[in-house]
Amino acid sequence: MNASTSRRALLVLYTALVFVFIFAPIVSTVVFSFNADRFPSLPWGGFSLQWYEAIFADASIQRGLANSLIVAVATSAIATFLGFAAAYVDYRYRFFGKMAYISIVALPPTVPVVILGVAMLTFEGRIGLSGTLTGITVGHVVLAAPFAMALVRMRLADLDPDIERAAWNLGATPWATITGVVIPFCLPAIFASVFLTAAVSFDEFMIAWFVSGVNETLPVRVLAMLQGQVSPRINAIGALVFAVSMTLVVAAQMLLGRGGRRNAKEA
Amino acid sequence: MSDATSIQTPPPSASAKASRLRFAAFWGLPPLLWQLAFFVVPLGFLVAMTFWSVKSFRLTPDATLANWIFILNAGFFRNAYIYTFWLAGLTALLASLIAFPASYAMAFLLKPATRRFLVFMLVVPFFTSYPVRIYSTQIFFSPQGIINAVIAPLGLGPISVLNSPAGTVVGYLVLTLPLVVLLQTFALGNVPRTLIEAAHNLGCGRLRTILTVIVPSARVGLIVAATFAFVLAFGDYVAPVYLGGSKPPTLSILIADQVKSGNNWPRASVVAVVMIVTLIIVMTAMLALAYGRKGARR
Repeated sequence: MNASTSRRALLVLYTALVFVFIFAPIVSTVVFSFNADRFPSLPWGGFSLQWYEAIFADASIQRGLANSLIVAVATSAIATFLGFAAAYVDYRYRFFGKMAYISIVALPPTVPVVILGVAMLTFEGRIGLSGTLTGITVGHVVLAAPFAMALVRMRLADLDPDIERAAWNLGATPWATITGVVIPFCLPAIFASVFLTAAVSFDEFMIAWFVSGVNETLPVRVLAMLQGQVSPRINAIGALVFAVSMTLVVAAQMLLGRGGRRNAKEA
Repeated sequence: MSDATSIQTPPPSASAKASRLRFAAFWGLPPLLWQLAFFVVPLGFLVAMTFWSVKSFRLTPDATLANWIFILNAGFFRNAYIYTFWLAGLTALLASLIAFPASYAMAFLLKPATRRFLVFMLVVPFFTSYPVRIYSTQIFFSPQGIINAVIAPLGLGPISVLNSPAGTVVGYLVLTLPLVVLLQTFALGNVPRTLIEAAHNLGCGRLRTILTVIVPSARVGLIVAATFAFVLAFGDYVAPVYLGGSKPPTLSILIADQVKSGNNWPRASVVAVVMIVTLIIVMTAMLALAYGRKGARR
């Protein structure tokens, strides 16, 4: 028994170490964003908000943040609609070439973003979209829609197809059925995908880096700052960016968790 | 059909049929058109561009193989290809090995509530500013950084992994570990408990159970996890630049350089297409390995 207990403890300790490796960069960014010293190391140099003051006074960072927010909101709206539509089509219809249909919609996240970035740049340069926020949004929707589709599809798996058929039989049009039954049922997943696709866009740096031109988003600004010397301002931006994307991802997960639990109770 | 449980819809009239078609098109077409226009077409355009030429700094539509011949014969490309492939493969292996004990603990030892919380946590970094995390990792490993500050009193170090392949691999692990732990945990969670208990009852030791019962039955998920690690590392740009110091360059660095400073898009496109082909081959091979002959035997 003792051997088994100590083996258990060792494994749990090891797991904790893996989590430390994964989360230390995030935690230390937040911690050092409040550090008075220029160089982030031990010992701690005292509490200070100067790096936050510096980034809030920096016009290029403000512009980057504004651009990122615009692109994220637009991406989230479009990608969630497209993702819902594709998930509904997958749920509702059987047709020739469905595998190809689903693959085309779902595949973009498996293509390295550096390649998506070059492809977007060369293509958008031809149609006059490169260098615009629209151009960045277009690329982000391609990348984010599959996440929305996956979230809504998982939710739809719990909706009995006969419910829709029953509504049609009682005289409801497909439009009335989808707005009265399907969309309300999918709301937790729809809101979750609103948040998650916004997070995907808000953190995306590679497509944005290739396409953005002078209209830098915040992650592209960060990438440019990384090329310079060590600057504690990056920690302050990083802490802000973490706060935004974590809020979005956690909100998405809580919505999904709640939806799932409620569903379990219904069953 | 006559059974009472299935609900039948009345036969549709012609106008009802048209309206149904409109309904289907309203939902079905937008995702398809969007991904065709902004995903499939750009990738096709990328392939076409590999045959274009650059004449006095201007892109000109062409049907030349010059870019392919130049890139495939270039020593810098071959070296970068071998280096990138090798590092991505090493990362897939390391991430799988490092993750496994943790995934095992999460799947079999921890309480379900703890496991749910940890899974919840692991999803977060996947969507959380990767460049900032790499910057932070850079600070950790810098000569005056935290790691060296911690190990110096123990009489160790200073260690230097920055601007070396080791630094790149550390960055790849930052990128891939959360996802690999997540996928492995799901894979192990699906191994039937009865199978493991049966192995124990029949006197199979702990390690032998892992190697001969758990790993084979979780094989598909474990291979998928490793494949994702390979794909992510193979295409990553940030870790090799900021932790590896671009020395030597990876394929993604070649692409970025050709586009950003070299301004030679056709050559960058050749590198990109070679990367896509490589990834398709690797994914196909890994899926064959996952669902292959041995799997059918069980």
